[in-house]
Amino acid sequence: MEKMDKPLTKNIRSDRAFATLADYESTGGYQGLRKAITQLQPKEAQHWVKEAGLRGRGGAGFNTGLKWSLVPMDEDAAQTRYLVVNADEMEPGTFKDRLLLEQDPHQLIEGVIIAAYAIQASIAYIFLRGEYHLAAQRLANALLEARAKGYLGEHVLNSGFNLEIYLHTSAGRYICGEETALLNALEGKRATPRAKPPFPLVSGLWGKPTVVNNVETLCNVPHILHYGVEWYQSLGRGADKGTKLFGASGRIKHPGLWELPMGTPIREIIEDHAGGMRDGYKLRGFLPGGASTDFLLPEHLDVVMDYDAVAKAGSRMGTGTMIILDDKTCPVQMVLNLEQFFAQESCGWCTPCRDGLPWTVTLLKDIIAGRGRMEDLDTLSGLTRMLGPGNTFCALAPGAMEPLQSALKYFREDFERYIVGNIADMETA
Amino acid sequence: MKEPTEKPVFEGLSLAEIQEINAEMTHYEDKTAVSIEALKIVQKHRRWVSDACLVAVAELLGLSPAQLEGVATFYNLIYRQPVGKTVIHYCNSVTCWMLGAEHIRERLCRHLNVGLGEMSADGEYTILPIVCLGACDHAPVVLVGDKLLLDISDDAVTDILGR
Ligand SMILES: Cc1cc2nc3c(=O)[nH]c(=O)nc-3n(C[C@H](O)[C@H](O)[C@H](O)COP(=O)(O)O)c2cc1C
Ligand code: SF4
Ligand code: FES
Repeated sequence: MEKMDKPLTKNIRSDRAFATLADYESTGGYQGLRKAITQLQPKEAQHWVKEAGLRGRGGAGFNTGLKWSLVPMDEDAAQTRYLVVNADEMEPGTFKDRLLLEQDPHQLIEGVIIAAYAIQASIAYIFLRGEYHLAAQRLANALLEARAKGYLGEHVLNSGFNLEIYLHTSAGRYICGEETALLNALEGKRATPRAKPPFPLVSGLWGKPTVVNNVETLCNVPHILHYGVEWYQSLGRGADKGTKLFGASGRIKHPGLWELPMGTPIREIIEDHAGGMRDGYKLRGFLPGGASTDFLLPEHLDVVMDYDAVAKAGSRMGTGTMIILDDKTCPVQMVLNLEQFFAQESCGWCTPCRDGLPWTVTLLKDIIAGRGRMEDLDTLSGLTRMLGPGNTFCALAPGAMEPLQSALKYFREDFERYIVGNIADMETA
Repeated sequence: MKEPTEKPVFEGLSLAEIQEINAEMTHYEDKTAVSIEALKIVQKHRRWVSDACLVAVAELLGLSPAQLEGVATFYNLIYRQPVGKTVIHYCNSVTCWMLGAEHIRERLCRHLNVGLGEMSADGEYTILPIVCLGACDHAPVVLVGDKLLLDISDDAVTDILGR
């Protein structure tokens, strides 16, 4: 039977390698597409997704249908438009899109076809992280199957709609996940972000209107079309609609990924689904949505996973996959590991980020080596402002500052202990 | 890296490589877009991208070698130096770091008697760090060739190397 409360993972079972086309079709697969193509105008399909309240799962949380509706459609119906799937998942601590890609590739493909229909794109690219070899293999195979069944190619389901989907595998660089950098990467260039405006919705890939959507976002779309807006809205427990893949990693009993309603309290995720902390470890804090989100504390466990609720608590939903900080891991060293990642992955385009991130790393290393001074903490705070929102060309640097600024706020004594030479007996990983 | 002068500067590409690159070209509006895939195709056949190959690909795509070099060096998975038959990427991002990635690196390097980025004496392996492999619930993880290995324990390090 279909698990209607878990639309995204209903085909994913531990006793089966992955959902084949037959598996996918047997639980309602490609019915959403059929409905969209045979019963709805593109604008109507956009409207359904907008009304459903689906918000982008790539991190920013923009209403997906609303985004589609901003694509210029009326002036020139024959104009080339592109849909691009952001499958570059590289943010440390994030492991949700890989599951969807590997275990149920047709769900994504159906989402892509419907989205392309809704914006009348004739070409779609799946921009896949180069390291996801198994996903590449399964997607390539599923694309062939979909084509053989007439879901893809010329005259999709015998309609007037034509669509090609190409798989592009990347060569590894976190900044490629930023949507305008991704477009440069797809054009075969260095992946530096582009100035906005113009926004990709108006002028994206090769200057044509382009929608970039996250894998998980698109995986929601077939179900909205198939089961309807009201059904989708009823899935959320709080302000936001639908379900989401939530995950947790670190020293918890059962690290993993679970499809749960939007608005699920963080406590339920960490204590019930992840089974709480491993024996001998206590919860010190957590990054709720990946490496570029602010730390939250045990006192925030009753916050619910809704975009606005997490923001109100001082962090971000991000990718919804949490990284757990236990009491025997040093938060300063953890932040160093995160900042090393961001410094390495900075594209180097703008000065604050190119210079500020290595400087951040140097300061943190000095502090940990016992060479730090109290003034260094002020310098670090200064850097969190200098690299904050509005001061850099893209959101990589502000994202990098989120775990640092919140660590300085919540774990200041850990920084100070290194500086005054009284280092706690931390387990160094 | 300079090629020895007695070698012809233009080494050329194999027919298979050219065919694969041409097939990719049909997917894009513009030849430049194939740059990264072309470099990956060469790498699939030769393990790494030599200067001569880079020049040949640039010529095929109608780019200047400098332009293509700028692209090649931007991406982590394009190797501009020889690597072993199997590249072992160990994840050094946050969760794997927390759960023992450095320990795995040490064990691997000691076993093979190599530093990061070097080729083992038998030409079989190169060890490189990599960012989060999207399997943090199974940290620490290692990518051996194109195979993702999960929940790596100390013993597993010996298993990875099959010795
Ligand atoms: C540095 C950086 C990396 C990003 N990486 C990803 C990524 O790997 N996958 C993703 O879907 N979005 C990523 N994003 C967000 C995208 O720019 C974009 O907002 C998203 O793909 C839009 O899709 P959505 O509306 O469906 O969420 C990243 C953003 C930044 C600034
Ligand atoms: S903020 Fe960093 S990653 Fe973004 S454009 Fe500037 S240098 Fe590049
Ligand atoms: S941190 Fe290693 S797989 Fe994510």
